[in-house]
Amino acid sequence: MKSNGLVSISDYSKDDILHILDVAADFEKNPGRRLLEGKLVATLFFEPSTRTRLSFETAVNRLGGRVIGFSDAATSSSSKGETLKDTIKMVSNYVDLIVMRHPIEGAARYASEISSVPVINAGDGANQHPTQTMLDLYSIKKTQGTLENLTISMVGDLKYGRTVHSLLMAMQYFNPTYYFVSPPELKIPARYKFFCRDHGIPYTELEKIEDVLPISDILYMTRVQQERFTDPVEYEKVRNTYTLKLDMLDGTKDNLKILHPLPRITEISQDVDTSPKAYYFEQARNGVFARQAVICSILGLV
Amino acid sequence: MKANKKEMIVSALKNGTVIDHIPSDKLFEIVDILCLKGLKQQITIGNNLESKKLGSKGIIKISDKFFEKNELGKIAIIAPKANISIIKDYEVVEKFQLSLPDEIEGIIRCANPKCITNNERDIVSRFDVIDKDNLAVRCHYCEKVMNKEDIVLI
Repeated sequence: MKSNGLVSISDYSKDDILHILDVAADFEKNPGRRLLEGKLVATLFFEPSTRTRLSFETAVNRLGGRVIGFSDAATSSSSKGETLKDTIKMVSNYVDLIVMRHPIEGAARYASEISSVPVINAGDGANQHPTQTMLDLYSIKKTQGTLENLTISMVGDLKYGRTVHSLLMAMQYFNPTYYFVSPPELKIPARYKFFCRDHGIPYTELEKIEDVLPISDILYMTRVQQERFTDPVEYEKVRNTYTLKLDMLDGTKDNLKILHPLPRITEISQDVDTSPKAYYFEQARNGVFARQAVICSILGLV
Repeated sequence: MKANKKEMIVSALKNGTVIDHIPSDKLFEIVDILCLKGLKQQITIGNNLESKKLGSKGIIKISDKFFEKNELGKIAIIAPKANISIIKDYEVVEKFQLSLPDEIEGIIRCANPKCITNNERDIVSRFDVIDKDNLAVRCHYCEKVMNKEDIVLI
């Protein structure tokens, strides 16, 4: 499945998604496959994202590949005014694959068009972060045994939450039922409701997390960011309403798993970590397998 | 009788292009888009003419000028109902209604200030037309959808 990279989750068909998830499962079973021996990968982080960068670099290193790059635009030539085009042209001379994170939306698509090597989008502003979606899908499949016919509740900032939007779209092939739980200020944008309607996906919008707890297979929590609120009092109120606590998990389904793209602040209280239903740290670990699968698939190695 | 007169105005052109059924408020934008200012050929512009379809319309006739289809495609974005007639030797040899292309390159600007096309030098904007009836486009780069009212010409 050699290709010019992965920029948007919509670049993947249902079969592509399932293939990547199978490959990721192989990597989890056999972590020592040195498929990237002799290969060089650039991680170009025009804005810092330690979590994502470490995950990618772990994926490459575990496969025996090597990494060059930078972790902040301040240390790259873009701080001297170099265009993205020139940076990509130069770096694609050196490496077999580029992984890039950029604050500007569409930067990865543009880079993939001028690069002579494949580009993986590790986040372009508020737009896309497809490997996050792949690890979310992997986590759902691994914990539920299937992607089909699940009840998925998305909680928190559904307006700006990029991960929520991508997951919502990627799950279209698997007959999900959605519950969108958010404060009124952060409701899911209309275009995603249209998307659900056009694809025959049932959804319900709610404001109270308690209402979805007994019926959910997956609880996908997101961070409610203070900067989204003009009124700090309103933020405090919302923050407390959307905090998941351990005792709230009484009466939930046995197969329920709590996912969160991390970092979490207060939306999942620390005591939840002790529950077997808390899955967010394993979810992050799954990110390495999902990224190994994406990288090797793009390079035509699996 | 009236119809005949109109016909005469159109066919009074020996060779050239007639753009008809332009909404009156878009006429001068189209003059700009087609860069008619610099042309040396004879140009006749009529505006606020009576129209059954539009209420009020504009018309542009340009002698000895034939446009590429993609140049005319630009007009479709702001005047999707405009009609084009190609005149050769006083005869209408081709007449067609404009239609929106599947893709638009250049011409319009992405409304998202955080889009790469508004932040990098020398990059041509590119859009997929996702709704031809209501004119909605999706930026090929930042993937944001713009509706008719958000569309700004470059």
